Amino acid sequence: MYAFEIERPTTIAAAAAALAHDGAQALGGGQTLIPSLKQRLASPEKLVSLTAIPEMRGVCLSDAGEVCIGGATAHATVAAEAAAHFPALAALASHIGDPAVRNRGTIGGSLANNDPSACYPAAVLGTGATIITNSRSIAADDYFDGMFSTALTEGEIITEVRFPVPQRANYQKFVQPASRFALVGVFVAQYAGGVRVAVTGASEGGVFRWAEAEAALSASFSAAALEGLSVPAEGMIGDLHGTPEYRAHLVKVMTKRAVAAA
Amino acid sequence: MPKDSNVGASPKRREDIRFLTGRGKYTDDIQIAGQAHAVFVRSQVAHGAIRSIDTSAAKDMPGVLAIFTGADFADVGGNPAGWLINSRDGTPMKEPKRPVLAHGKVRHVGDAYAAVIAETADQARDAAEAIVADIEELPAVVNMAQALSGSTYVHDEIGTNQCFDWGWIEDNRAATDAAIKGAAHVTTLDLVNNRLVPNAMEPRASTGDYDPGTGEYTLHTTSQNPHLTRLLIAAFVLGIPENKLRVIAPDVGGGFGSKIYHYGEEALVLAAARRLGRPVRWTASRSESFLTDAHGRDHVTRIELATDKDGHFLAFRTETMANVGAYLSNFATVTPTFLHGTLMAGNYTVPHVYVNVKAVFTNTAPVDAYRGAGRPEATFSLERVIDKCARELGIDPIELRRRNFVKPDQYPFTSAAGLQYDSGNYDALMDKLEELADRNGFAARRSASEAKGLLRGFGVNSYIEACGIAPSNLVGILGARVGLYDAATVRVNATGSLAVMVGAHSHGQGHETVFPQIVADMLGIDPASIEIVHGDTARIPFGMGTYGSRSLAVCGSAVVRATEKIIAKGKKIAAHMLEAAEGDIEFAEGRFGVAGTDKGVSFGEVAFKAYVPHNFPHEALEPGLEETAFYDPANFTYPSGAYACEVEVDPETGKVTIDRFVAVDDFGNVMNPMVVTGQVHGGLGQGIGQALLENTTYDANGQLITASYMDYAMPRADDLPFYTVDHSCVTPCTHNPLGVKGCGEAGAIGSPPTIVNAVIDALQSGGKPVTHIDMPLSPARVWAAMNA
Repeated sequence: MYAFEIERPTTIAAAAAALAHDGAQALGGGQTLIPSLKQRLASPEKLVSLTAIPEMRGVCLSDAGEVCIGGATAHATVAAEAAAHFPALAALASHIGDPAVRNRGTIGGSLANNDPSACYPAAVLGTGATIITNSRSIAADDYFDGMFSTALTEGEIITEVRFPVPQRANYQKFVQPASRFALVGVFVAQYAGGVRVAVTGASEGGVFRWAEAEAALSASFSAAALEGLSVPAEGMIGDLHGTPEYRAHLVKVMTKRAVAAA
Repeated sequence: MPKDSNVGASPKRREDIRFLTGRGKYTDDIQIAGQAHAVFVRSQVAHGAIRSIDTSAAKDMPGVLAIFTGADFADVGGNPAGWLINSRDGTPMKEPKRPVLAHGKVRHVGDAYAAVIAETADQARDAAEAIVADIEELPAVVNMAQALSGSTYVHDEIGTNQCFDWGWIEDNRAATDAAIKGAAHVTTLDLVNNRLVPNAMEPRASTGDYDPGTGEYTLHTTSQNPHLTRLLIAAFVLGIPENKLRVIAPDVGGGFGSKIYHYGEEALVLAAARRLGRPVRWTASRSESFLTDAHGRDHVTRIELATDKDGHFLAFRTETMANVGAYLSNFATVTPTFLHGTLMAGNYTVPHVYVNVKAVFTNTAPVDAYRGAGRPEATFSLERVIDKCARELGIDPIELRRRNFVKPDQYPFTSAAGLQYDSGNYDALMDKLEELADRNGFAARRSASEAKGLLRGFGVNSYIEACGIAPSNLVGILGARVGLYDAATVRVNATGSLAVMVGAHSHGQGHETVFPQIVADMLGIDPASIEIVHGDTARIPFGMGTYGSRSLAVCGSAVVRATEKIIAKGKKIAAHMLEAAEGDIEFAEGRFGVAGTDKGVSFGEVAFKAYVPHNFPHEALEPGLEETAFYDPANFTYPSGAYACEVEVDPETGKVTIDRFVAVDDFGNVMNPMVVTGQVHGGLGQGIGQALLENTTYDANGQLITASYMDYAMPRADDLPFYTVDHSCVTPCTHNPLGVKGCGEAGAIGSPPTIVNAVIDALQSGGKPVTHIDMPLSPARVWAAMNA
């Protein structure tokens, strides 16, 4: 690890001001950044911790019935506090990493990093959630921009994520055996206006919506409705843990299982 | 029934109090005043010519005390191979020098070519980054077949990548070929025994110290055998007089083989301590562990099994390429040869066996013994081809094995691969296995799985292995450059408590609990009064450390012999005290008595008298009560076992789940059943890891793709089933005093083929014509095989 300074602001405004300096880097729960620092793969001059800002922590229900999660809320908190209102989201949070990861890692950190195998992007895109930052609101469909890339600008802070609560939903994760990140993860959510299906882990383009499945499930919310559909292998990730063909196959299997379990 | 603490009972492990409460004292915990820190500069390329190393910027950086490069060690010795193997044509194996630091060339990613010593580890890291090396990248030799056919050499000076071409037994080759040619049936299988990273929980660490006042060096290091490390450093690498070098291996957090060997980092910290006159320490990062710990396995094998029409085995023939990596680690040459080829007759009366092994240099980390060391490779090849043969012949896999088992009345049995098995009863093991595995209930369980959309398979395996590798006079003939005895000193204190100094090193095995059980039983005293001392060359007799499941069979036997000497000496003292003839003294239950009388003295009284010998006859009776024994076994020991497992395979994803696992082992006599069960559990965990999860992959450029836990899958608790472990089938070893065989590696030897056999059974039950899948049986591989 190289030497760096660290600030722990207690307001969003102070955090934004601190991040305005060149060489400053936001620090959420540190579950990706700290290992990178320890391996000397990153060398920020200053870390700005976002986890000491009370207004960015916790889970609540908005007047519109959305589940609102502060950007610095740990996965374990989501698992516990979202369970009553949005059990599928709570279940997803409860299976990220291990207890240490869940007690440190934050939803804002996960979404800002946008690891192509992370779980939260599937929930955000699969629900059409809204990302609230210190300067604007971003619709999920406008937020994700390929692996490790998002609509966030330099220094922009995810302060909150607002999830519209579906009629029913489920997340199915098939884990990569070593990291236990999603080799393929599928979030399925049914709303009055239709069904959304978001897939993480599989695509070289990062999290994506499976439009054909959404149409089929909007017409008939059943695993049988997916018969005959398939995801092309082209553009899927191929690595030690699975070929593009395998991942494409798993997308359908996990989607069917999510529908059945929703 | 044994008392709570005697042999055969299961007292809890006394060492666990410190391990489980965070009070273990490991090498990195030992802080010495004035210590400096070493950081190694390691090659980023698999193969390269070192044109220049510019340390000028680095040496002026804050805190830097010294920088070493390969040139500093060009004139000292290399780290030698511990076993000479001759090729089939009689020529000796190729032994390129393994230097302390790479010089001239780097030969694998992670090969250290420089080291920085600084006041702090961070300063050393900063300076290491400032070293500028001009390394011309050369084509990497990664694939073994290409290594043998190509003209790029890992070691240019030997002009080949083949270390040796070994035949076992060469004189049996023609007869084996003829048996296969004339056989009614031949089953052929090509398989890979996947390369493994040892992944001890504690990474390697070493601290060198030098005292200019006495000229004595001290090395604290993560070693399974400190005396071997001392010998190698003294006699081969640095030339430090052996009497001036003390090697201490304190608590060690797992080794699995990888800490048997001497590594260059140990020599470097000693040389640096000498130059600076300060202690120099180094602790590997996990990344360094992945790149530089000696890896395990990595065989590519074709095996053929010839049978008659009734499934009687006529011959096994194998051709294997064994990867030794970039340099010969200390036991890299014996592992794929005498620890592998000699076991290729298995538990069977097969008349002909021929094994060919070509050892191959590649631009990868050195490969050496890893839990099981050669025997897992032999067992996997045998038990996979037997399973395939059973399917081809339509014979039940258990029946096929039974038809060929060595029978109980055939011992001692000389196998077609040249070993003499002293005892065993493979049918009894299989009987017990069939009972515990509830084979009769399998059909119902398979139906239940199928109702859930899952395929269920049953896999079975029988194994024999060889532990306590010995005797020294035989292994010497076979090429060993070390003896394979062990040693123990029993020191009785004046108050009757004991210190037992042993050559074996405990790094998870439970010696500190089990050795006292044995001594206490023999002396009729409380085990709590016995302390086990190990891991320090200044405190223990010259022993060969811990590997190959040898601790109890070899060192435990030395403990017995030394304790027998204590009893014999005690009789002399008791005879003097009781004014009786020595020949009339009997020792039982902790008391020396005069035969036929009620006269006697306690063990404690004798101990006290030994050290307060006010009236001993001068020179006729020596004071003190301390004895040493060296024990050199007459033969290997031969643990054996029968394993079964049931798996469920999800045909949609290829995911394999182990539902049931039964391990029935014959370890000979069992000293502490709980410790033995724990050893089996650990071995099974590693075997299941190899079978389902662990995969070490280098790309074509020699970069290690699986260099972290993000890509290298270790077994976790929820990957493992609840085991049924049984060691009630006992045929004692006939040639050591405890009748014990060794249990440390069995689980890792017996489990991989059991699991693969079960998965193949599951897939075939689902109508998939799959006959083999190479390990690890990851979901992606199983799915691909099903859909090929």
